[in-house]
Amino acid sequence: MTRRRALTRAGLPTLSVLVFLAAWEAGVRALQVPAYLLPAPSLIAVTLADNFGSLAASWWFTARITLIALALAIAGGVLIAALFALSRNAEHALTPFAVVLQVTPIVSIAPLIMILTDSPLATVIICAWLVAFFPILANTLTGLRSVDANLRDLFRLQRASRWQTLRWLLVPAALPSFMTGLRIAGGLALIGEVGGEFAAGAAGRDTGLASRILESAFRTEIPKMFAALALVAFTGVALYLTSGALSRALLRRWHESERVE
Amino acid sequence: MTEPAEHRTLLSLAHVRREFPGGRVALADVSLDVAAGEFVSLLGASGCGKSTVLRLMSGIDTPTAGTITRDLPADAIPGYVFQDAALMPWASVRRNVELPLMLRGERPSATRERVDAALHAVGLADSAEAVPRELSGGMKMRASLARSLVTRPKLWLLDEPFGALDEITRFALNQTLLSLCKPMDGTKPATAVFVTHSVYEAVFLSQRVVVMARPGRIADDIAIDMPYPRDASFRASPQFAAACARVSDALLRASEGARA
Repeated sequence: MTRRRALTRAGLPTLSVLVFLAAWEAGVRALQVPAYLLPAPSLIAVTLADNFGSLAASWWFTARITLIALALAIAGGVLIAALFALSRNAEHALTPFAVVLQVTPIVSIAPLIMILTDSPLATVIICAWLVAFFPILANTLTGLRSVDANLRDLFRLQRASRWQTLRWLLVPAALPSFMTGLRIAGGLALIGEVGGEFAAGAAGRDTGLASRILESAFRTEIPKMFAALALVAFTGVALYLTSGALSRALLRRWHESERVE
Repeated sequence: MTEPAEHRTLLSLAHVRREFPGGRVALADVSLDVAAGEFVSLLGASGCGKSTVLRLMSGIDTPTAGTITRDLPADAIPGYVFQDAALMPWASVRRNVELPLMLRGERPSATRERVDAALHAVGLADSAEAVPRELSGGMKMRASLARSLVTRPKLWLLDEPFGALDEITRFALNQTLLSLCKPMDGTKPATAVFVTHSVYEAVFLSQRVVVMARPGRIADDIAIDMPYPRDASFRASPQFAAACARVSDALLRASEGARA
């Protein structure tokens, strides 16, 4: 990629966001929109700076739980995908559960999880895990199933052990699909976490960004609500960019999806 | 023939039948002997069971009826080349060629020399660190050839390896293949079974052309009694043209027989 194109790729999105923020700021000032309806970006930034200590603690709570749930979703999704790839019967028997858990909106299951676990923390982790795990499972399974048939035969012909086939054929072959799943799951884990926090209604010192959003809404501290919202959005973007960078780093040399001209 | 005739039968198929689940008959009744050091081509229209014969010979697949005997040590694995190159796209050419040795548990430091020799033999010494997508179709096939010969197999099975290549590349690879199977340095020739649907390729490469017809049977077995080494001048010779005419005839008769 040329320098100029690299600049365009990074520069253009940044520019469009800056233009959007400037228009927002100008609009709010010109129309004198009250801060309890729509605070200007500058006010949100100031609020964020003023409350940085407490908001950063909440951010860390949300980010940590999201990452824990994502890690558990990766472990669970990959293990179950491996099980399904080994046994069609296991897949047929367990798929209904995976699908029901996936299609039932998380906010509708969350209160039940809260009752069953009686722990806000466990509820939030389970909610985030539930939504993040399915895309990992589905994509990893697709990857495992789409291994080149000739390569499979070659490994069999060479009398490769199960472990060798896993390590040298299945894992690399499934990696591109797994990365697609990870990109989706990263965003979903955050959504599940926020949904879980809303449902669990965790109060007290250890609370995440979603609780801060609710709390600010009750107190009509709208700029603070926007500040917390900005942090949630920032976390989502960071997850998206990180998984994208990881995917590029692992696949750029050989896989079409990350091909760089 | 210039080579010492070696009559030991390396591979023998007796009344082999292969039926797939659902009742489709891939091979009806095939009997075929391959002598050690022989280069045999299986020629026929698509769907006549050529690839199935090769898979059965390799042991990847097992027959529904009939017997297959291989006069090979129990741990001998045949070299196998697939229709497409079937390289691991994530691994360099070197890693791909090294694979059969690695799967046998050999360390890279111990295999380096043999991998280099195999790469050199197929003319890929300069592309060892490239990944498959950086290679042309012909180079991919060369890498696949190198992978299949790095273990120095006693038996070499090739399933229409050059079917997707342009004519020029195909000629070059035919020549490379002959130099590998029929070495001039006094080492023993490799035993090769080569599946193709090209009459010219079959005649150019082989000592014997086995013509197959639907449904999965052998229609003819034609000896190509011409000495090795064979090169471009063989392609231009009247003997080559005559052999091609004979084989084409047999192929035509086989397909008419199948239709009747």
